[in-house]
Amino acid sequence: MNSAELETFAQRERDKQQGFRCRLLCCASTPCLSSGGASVAAAFAAAIKRHGLDAEVQIVATGCMGPCSRGPIVTVQEQGKPDTFYEEVTAIIAEQIVAEHVIHGQVQQAHALPADMPFLVKQHKIVLANSGVIDPERIEDYLAHDGYRALDKVLHELTPEEVCNAMVQSGLRGRGGAGYPTGLKWNLVRKAAGDKKYVVANGDEGDPGAYMDRALMESDPHRVLEGIAIAGYAVGADQGFVYVRGEYPIAAQRLEKAIRAAERRGLLGSRILDSNFNFRIDVRIGAGAFVCGEETALMQSIMGRRGQPVPRPPYPAQSGLWGKPTLINNVETYGSIAPIMRNGAAWFAGIGTEKSKGTKIFALAGNIKNTGLIEVPMGMTLREIVFDIGGGIPDGLAFKAAQTGGPSGGCIPAHHLDTPVDYESLKALGSIMGSGGLIIMDERSCMVKIAKYFMEFCADESCGKCVPCRVGTVQMYRILDRVSNGSATVADLQTLRDLCGLVSETSLCGLGQSAPNPVLSTLRYFLDEYEAHITEHRCPAGVCEMNAVPIWDLPQTRRAELM
Amino acid sequence: MPDANTQLKTARAPAKTEHPSGDKRFQLIDRTLKRFQYQQDALIEVLHTAQEAFGFLSDDLLLYVAQQLKLPTSWVYGVATFYHFFSLKPQGEHNCIVCLGTACYVKQAADIVAALQKAYAIAPGQTTRDHQLSLNTARCLGSCGLAPVIVLDGTVIGRVTPAVALDQVQRVVANMQPETVG
Repeated sequence: MNSAELETFAQRERDKQQGFRCRLLCCASTPCLSSGGASVAAAFAAAIKRHGLDAEVQIVATGCMGPCSRGPIVTVQEQGKPDTFYEEVTAIIAEQIVAEHVIHGQVQQAHALPADMPFLVKQHKIVLANSGVIDPERIEDYLAHDGYRALDKVLHELTPEEVCNAMVQSGLRGRGGAGYPTGLKWNLVRKAAGDKKYVVANGDEGDPGAYMDRALMESDPHRVLEGIAIAGYAVGADQGFVYVRGEYPIAAQRLEKAIRAAERRGLLGSRILDSNFNFRIDVRIGAGAFVCGEETALMQSIMGRRGQPVPRPPYPAQSGLWGKPTLINNVETYGSIAPIMRNGAAWFAGIGTEKSKGTKIFALAGNIKNTGLIEVPMGMTLREIVFDIGGGIPDGLAFKAAQTGGPSGGCIPAHHLDTPVDYESLKALGSIMGSGGLIIMDERSCMVKIAKYFMEFCADESCGKCVPCRVGTVQMYRILDRVSNGSATVADLQTLRDLCGLVSETSLCGLGQSAPNPVLSTLRYFLDEYEAHITEHRCPAGVCEMNAVPIWDLPQTRRAELM
Repeated sequence: MPDANTQLKTARAPAKTEHPSGDKRFQLIDRTLKRFQYQQDALIEVLHTAQEAFGFLSDDLLLYVAQQLKLPTSWVYGVATFYHFFSLKPQGEHNCIVCLGTACYVKQAADIVAALQKAYAIAPGQTTRDHQLSLNTARCLGSCGLAPVIVLDGTVIGRVTPAVALDQVQRVVANMQPETVG
């Protein structure tokens, strides 16, 4: 396919879609499917057929629309009218929608989401712009929405250096959590010596509670592929890998299907879009190891080995897969590339704050009314996210903490609700941006138990290679276990702090280095809870079963001297 | 021993077409091997196929894969034991995975595990003695909007309480279909 054909295909698909008076978009992402989405789509198909509306109404299986806890979600698109979002659709409601809304134009208000709902209105969708709008299994739909235009422009109008500079000017920072300047990384790989280079997309998304990358890969796989291809051109690579964690089989399938579809159209493979650029992308599947989200461990896993990190330097930009310069970025980062190249670096830099540009996708979950995926500009306050977009805490309970960054992050208490969400502000509070998991906790959560949960996770997922992490996480877990069951002493708290310092400073990789973060964060903001457990033998949230007592330091046992 | 950066050896002539045991499932593994041209980097993909075909990775399977990819058996064993997905023990007829990701945990998923543990007298990672049920936990399945989530024989069921989870598992073990919404 060449540039002219790209436009022709896109226009043809757009005309075809315009030909329908009404389009029913049914979310076919994992959460909606498991809430009965398939039977809803079937009910629509049957109803459309029965009313003889096949030529006027199109049913499209799309990706994630956002409010996952209210699924199955259906969007009704009509020519010349605003979209209507229906929630918790069943087969019966589907028939109602066809009979009343599609045929007579009467919106079924009882089941519709209010059009001015903050969840719908306050988001700024860039990366998820196509999610919930296009059919992820049809490349034509992606093309109709300016798909592969950015790649076309890059290949024919820009040099690799210009692409890298655009990245630097856009201010995009890695969306995997660390926030490393993307343009800087691309330049490092571009300048690295050697003629064989690789591009890797990190789709491991191990943080429990985070599923932004899954939604992006399932809902708009071509967006990711286009970003990887542009990156390949920019750094001089000819081979890309998307590493998808084993828990996301649908995402892996959709990516593979998308790759084949793109190759068939000359949008991937040899001589892409009639240029001299060749680029292949392969999908590699993980097998259930959180540590494989760490870049060096991920590369070991792609090479078919145990996913154990290796010391850096050398960084992947110098020596990565099979010793060659490798660019690794998160899937969400690649999702931002095509819009930046299409609309310009300045456009992207105009969104967000001074040091954190653009938007971020968050997976809002936990004790909150509207759980689901949201994409907001950097700098929006936590209060706005939790109470406006999120709808606040259900059951009239009080907000206690927001956990960001998963097991590598920390908790933000109520008195910091007005913090803008960006890389620097969250770091100052002792947390990190992380990949985007945002878990809201109400007063029923015990912060000691939460810290213990994350420590157990880290201990479980530790690869075992370095002593500080392998042993340190277990020891910290044991102390936290004793705090929560009532047998800890004040001395244990000090040991815990010492261990936090030791593990974070001497661990080989990010897993160990950030494992103490939830503990440090809860000690900082919820020290009273720890103290209540230890000195008052009481769990303030009323959750912990405190059925043990501390071992007393009797003089004749010499325990104090042994410790 | 190859170090972290050595490109391992690649293709060579494919092995004979049928496994001596006559088990046709080995052909599924062979197909994956051919798809990846017998490259040693494809070990994880091959082990995935093997586990899907046979249900678990027996010693026989590990030896076969090692032989086909010309890798030391210890290497293959090391990879198989490193990743949570791979099971070296036979799984039960039915499989229940309870998600213990943060969002599910905050919604008391641990109580679901406790309920199932009590009812079937097995801990997560174990199979009942009559090989009917395997109980596993996962660290996040990516359906946090439906927390707490269990996966019962591949079917994702959201918003479960301990009572509902127990009921669903009992239905499935009694060879009825799990009850899903809609």
